[in-house]
Amino acid sequence: METPLTANIRSGHEPSDIDAYRKNGGYRAVLKALRSMSPAEVAQAVRDAGLKGRGGAGFDAGLKWSFVPMGSDAPRPKYLAVNADEMEPGTFKDRLLMEGDPHQLIEGAILSAYAIEADVAYIFLRREYRLAARRLRQAVAGVYHSGLLGRNIIGSGYSLDIHLHVSGGRYMCGEETGMLNAIEGKRANPRSKPPYPQTSGLWGKPTVVNNVETICNVPHIVNNGAPWFRELSHTDEGGTKIYGASGRVRSPGAWELPMGTTLNELIEEHAGGMQDGYKLRGLLPGGASTDFLTPAHLDVKMDFGSVEAAGSRLGTGTIVVLDDRSCPVGMVLNLERFFARESCGWCAPCWGGLQFAVELLTDIEAGQGRMEDIDLLESLAKMLGPGHTYCALAPGAAEPLASALKFFREDFERHVHEKQCPWNRA
Amino acid sequence: MVQIFVENKPYEVKPDQNLLDACLSLGFDLPYFCWHPALHSVGACRQCAVKQFRDENDTSGRIVMACMTPAANGVRISIDDREARAFRAGVIEWLMLNHPHDCPVCDEGGECHLQDMTVMTGHSRRRYRGAKRTFINQDLGPFVNHEMSRCIQCYRCVRFYGDYAGGGDLAAFSLRSQVYFGRHQSGVLESPFSGNLAEICPTGVFTDKSLKRHYARKWDLETAPSVCVHCALGCNTIPGARYGSLRRISNRFNGAVNGYFLCDRGRYGYEFVNSPRRLRQPLLRKGRSGPAAPVSATAALRRLREIISDSRVAGIGSPRASLEANFALRRLVGPAMFASGMSEGDWRLAQKTSRILKEGPARSVSLDEVRRADAVLVLGEDVTNFAPMLDLALRQSVRQMPVRETSGAIPPWDDKAMREAVQQRRGPLFIATPAPTSLDAIATTAWRAAPDEIARLGFMVASLLDKSAPAPAGLGSRERSIATAIAAALGEAERPLVIAGTGLGSEAVLEAAANVAWTLSAGGRTAGLCLTLPEANSMGAALMEGGPISRAVEAIESGSADTVVILENDLCRRAAPSLVENLFEKARHVIVIDSLINPTVARAGVALPAATFAESDGTFVSSEGRAQRYFKVMPPSGEVMESWRWLAAMGPAADAWRMVGEVAKDLENDLPVFSGISAAVYGAGFRISGQKIARQPRGYSGRTAMSADIGVAERQPPVDDDSPLSFSMEGFQGEPPPPLIPRYWAPGWNSVQALNKFQEEVGGPLRGGNPGRRLIEPAPGRPEQPPAPQPPFFNLPPAPFSPPAGRWLLAPLYHTFGSEELSILSPGIRQLAPAAYLALSQKDADDLGIGAGGIAELETATGFLRLPVRLAETLPSGVAGVPVCLEGLEGIVSPGEYVRIRAASRK
Repeated sequence: METPLTANIRSGHEPSDIDAYRKNGGYRAVLKALRSMSPAEVAQAVRDAGLKGRGGAGFDAGLKWSFVPMGSDAPRPKYLAVNADEMEPGTFKDRLLMEGDPHQLIEGAILSAYAIEADVAYIFLRREYRLAARRLRQAVAGVYHSGLLGRNIIGSGYSLDIHLHVSGGRYMCGEETGMLNAIEGKRANPRSKPPYPQTSGLWGKPTVVNNVETICNVPHIVNNGAPWFRELSHTDEGGTKIYGASGRVRSPGAWELPMGTTLNELIEEHAGGMQDGYKLRGLLPGGASTDFLTPAHLDVKMDFGSVEAAGSRLGTGTIVVLDDRSCPVGMVLNLERFFARESCGWCAPCWGGLQFAVELLTDIEAGQGRMEDIDLLESLAKMLGPGHTYCALAPGAAEPLASALKFFREDFERHVHEKQCPWNRA
Repeated sequence: MVQIFVENKPYEVKPDQNLLDACLSLGFDLPYFCWHPALHSVGACRQCAVKQFRDENDTSGRIVMACMTPAANGVRISIDDREARAFRAGVIEWLMLNHPHDCPVCDEGGECHLQDMTVMTGHSRRRYRGAKRTFINQDLGPFVNHEMSRCIQCYRCVRFYGDYAGGGDLAAFSLRSQVYFGRHQSGVLESPFSGNLAEICPTGVFTDKSLKRHYARKWDLETAPSVCVHCALGCNTIPGARYGSLRRISNRFNGAVNGYFLCDRGRYGYEFVNSPRRLRQPLLRKGRSGPAAPVSATAALRRLREIISDSRVAGIGSPRASLEANFALRRLVGPAMFASGMSEGDWRLAQKTSRILKEGPARSVSLDEVRRADAVLVLGEDVTNFAPMLDLALRQSVRQMPVRETSGAIPPWDDKAMREAVQQRRGPLFIATPAPTSLDAIATTAWRAAPDEIARLGFMVASLLDKSAPAPAGLGSRERSIATAIAAALGEAERPLVIAGTGLGSEAVLEAAANVAWTLSAGGRTAGLCLTLPEANSMGAALMEGGPISRAVEAIESGSADTVVILENDLCRRAAPSLVENLFEKARHVIVIDSLINPTVARAGVALPAATFAESDGTFVSSEGRAQRYFKVMPPSGEVMESWRWLAAMGPAADAWRMVGEVAKDLENDLPVFSGISAAVYGAGFRISGQKIARQPRGYSGRTAMSADIGVAERQPPVDDDSPLSFSMEGFQGEPPPPLIPRYWAPGWNSVQALNKFQEEVGGPLRGGNPGRRLIEPAPGRPEQPPAPQPPFFNLPPAPFSPPAGRWLLAPLYHTFGSEELSILSPGIRQLAPAAYLALSQKDADDLGIGAGGIAELETATGFLRLPVRLAETLPSGVAGVPVCLEGLEGIVSPGEYVRIRAASRK
């Protein structure tokens, strides 16, 4: 089983420096692309590979690039923004990639930037990722030193600068357009779409925002080609995926596996199954902002299409497990508190609806809820749905809420009837 | 036009708008908060949700935000859809989570958009049991009250203040349901447009602090259409009065003039009307120098008729008095004896201004045309301080070019996307002034120079655009390259605009501006020319043949007159003290009519209390040349009378004029330049359904009780002979013709946003057109080949600026708060007015040996003056800036004067 993304990563070791990385074949894709491929050919390779965005939405990366105006008439400068603001609760896959192999990300960024003829690339890094920041900064300096960044890279005529931008530290900064505002030094409110960032992004110029894991795939696609990439997967969605698991499993962690690995295999084989004395009650398949799945869904293949068909989203592919000895209402309250706290305050359903939801959940969890509160929560979850809000934050917050009410409704009702939390009796 | 379907019924609507625009224009009640017709859509509040259907077979549809959805052909929506209604009710419920239910003690109550929308949406029962978030408020200065706990986070305040008006000190802080809209710390809001926050805010976060000091509910305010008196732009206002005192000014929409906004001088300057310095009773002086004693109006008039019948009378009119008052004076004294009331310099400049606009091919632009101009040259004027609303208009014009370049991909109404796309790009705006202006920050180039050098730059630009226009000799290479850039930008523009004016006191600058605008008005294009004037009726006074104050003084000196009537004019602010002295010495009788006790009134033989704008009717001609009628808000009280009535009563015309409209009619007959001013308004006999238009709203309370201290019988409301408006709640309460709209109200719409219901389409002109009658239109286009030998240009560019050794040119500096005569009596404006000072460049100050804060002594034509020095980094050497009419400087500075300056010895 090939694990291209994590091949260079050795747990507990410093990552490869540029020389070691190059010795292992690193930056070969950059040399190949700049010497022998046009930007369009790089973009086409990624398009052919069917690389889907690994940040959560699963949008086809090559398709996203294709909306960028190209050629000499295109507005300049153009930008690539690497979304390394991994703030989704329960998600730590990008951290693994950046701490473990920073050069892979930089190589991917150079290739992706080349594909859209970007002049500047930003890596927008989560504030708390100090180690990743140190390693990336070091790596970028090394790449500049080796001449693979800066003016006229290896005489190709292509120039690129990469800046590391460490976030101010809010979940909202990781939203595609909120990030653009954050980089510009503005409030991290989302922007309306259309116009899409590909035509009007950073400072009004064409910009592509891609997730770290997405970008890390690009060098391998350029090196090995689309058919190879598609072969890596169990399903028709190409490549490998970094999955993770947290919660009361025996060995929580992150693993690179073929796209489409089943939930059962992930939990039982890789995460080592549930800890003794705990039973699986449900799980969030792809971070905090995805719908709960239940033990009945364990055969679901973890790719974008299959998880969606099961009623949730692959999201970031990092599972959060709910066990039978934890209160589902408490878990949902905890999640909603996070989303309410992180709402940027721009659109009313998000700042208002989430404040309301947290208040109702707090009452229920404290045994002070009423039966009509549950219905109210249900209608709230519906009203915070996609299209009703400015960005995906509130719809994301609504997913675990709506699905918890679907799968764990009797637990909510028990809180009301018993006037206390059954898991935390006084 | 495109066709959209609302509830399955087809409607024709304009393309290039969103569904909220379209629905509101069609008259539907669709609630909204973050959208504003001048600020457009951002999609934040989600209140205007409707259901959109793919086609007639689609029964499920999806929720969309009307403000963010284009009104494209064939779009089908339902406002009444159950899910859409439930969603809108949900939004209101969220907005109300933290909103305090303090309407009874909130200043916004009764004119609150949030109240209206809550009722419209049907949310009435609170389900949220949690704690509300609360905030600590800030002291934002004398104009705007802050009550953040009422906030519903619609973002309108920061969008207006920052995005639209360019203010830098109001921002959104923090996040989630705790966004705080305020300054980084308590302090006076810096923008001169801060008062608009009270109207922009849909609830009671930002309210009018001056109203708070003498509060009355909207339904208790008597209101009437009026025109601002604090500069020459003629912004339309709605003053509100109760118990005989003026309580506030709010905006009256005029799409061609001020649109939705007012400046703070215009909004807060009104308190002079309530000032203890008001002259409330006639004063009669015993002998020439005896004490002045109050007398009744009857006694005063008896004495006046004696004086007038026995004297040869000269009259001094006023650029701050109405056309009617000026004309009544002109009638009384005869045209030969009538002076306009302007200083020598102001008269010359005003004459030049009106001639340039009347006789040249460039168009005197409205403020709306300024907003739409796509390349602008400002020659000499600090518009922010001289005519503030021009600043706000220019802040919109600099967006024209970049928005046009971007609007292919993004609809212009999508404000957020447009601003992200446009970023900091701003269209061409060139500014040449002696001292820095606050518009410099958004200018393409801001250039500092002495007035003559500014004129030379203008002449150069004109000569680059048209070789037949004269070029100045010996222009430097930097000036040349700036002129080239200006010429290129203006030449390429679709709607180029030149702004200049009388502020600098330079005729050469006016001529240069005319030359530029005239060269641009060729080949089918009419360039805009905006020439600012100082006072509300400066243009009217300029058009009314008269002459400067000195004309009346000469008449007195020569003996052709022995008595002078001074109309609403504090001569001490305008004429040299010696001239004023002469007049008072030589005249047998000095009769002064004014509303405030000022130095001129204090010396009068007879002083007559005049009604202010709030208690009188009349016509002002704005600097654009737009004649606009204003109406009494409240009747003059006690012995106070309108100036024209005093004048009519003291002369033989006593029986001729009973109402202001008759004065206007005679004025039109006598001076054809004013013809049309009556046609633009509705005469006193105008009725709707047999009724006058009620100044008081239906809900006006306390009528039977408000004079109970005098008598319990309900008194007859005062009669208004002058206009079709009544001083009562009886009368027409609907939508009158635009010039007569006393307030904006419609069923269910109690806030200012009821204005939507008075417009042809939201954001568009009032139904029936924008009020006012333009008296000045450009002369027919300049011939392509000017007849030799004299091209129709001003032909004498000034020589390079070189002050005589040891002398400084005095450049007038203006202050929004402080330079204007009437508004300074408002406590808030007085608080913000700076103390008198002298501005010098660093170099000049060093040469004189004066540090910042040091004291300079000026030797002017009229005497010595000691002033603290402020350093103005970019002021040209040889130019000294002196603020106009700040306290202690009234009447001191005559622009263009050269003075000696030295360091004052410490006393």
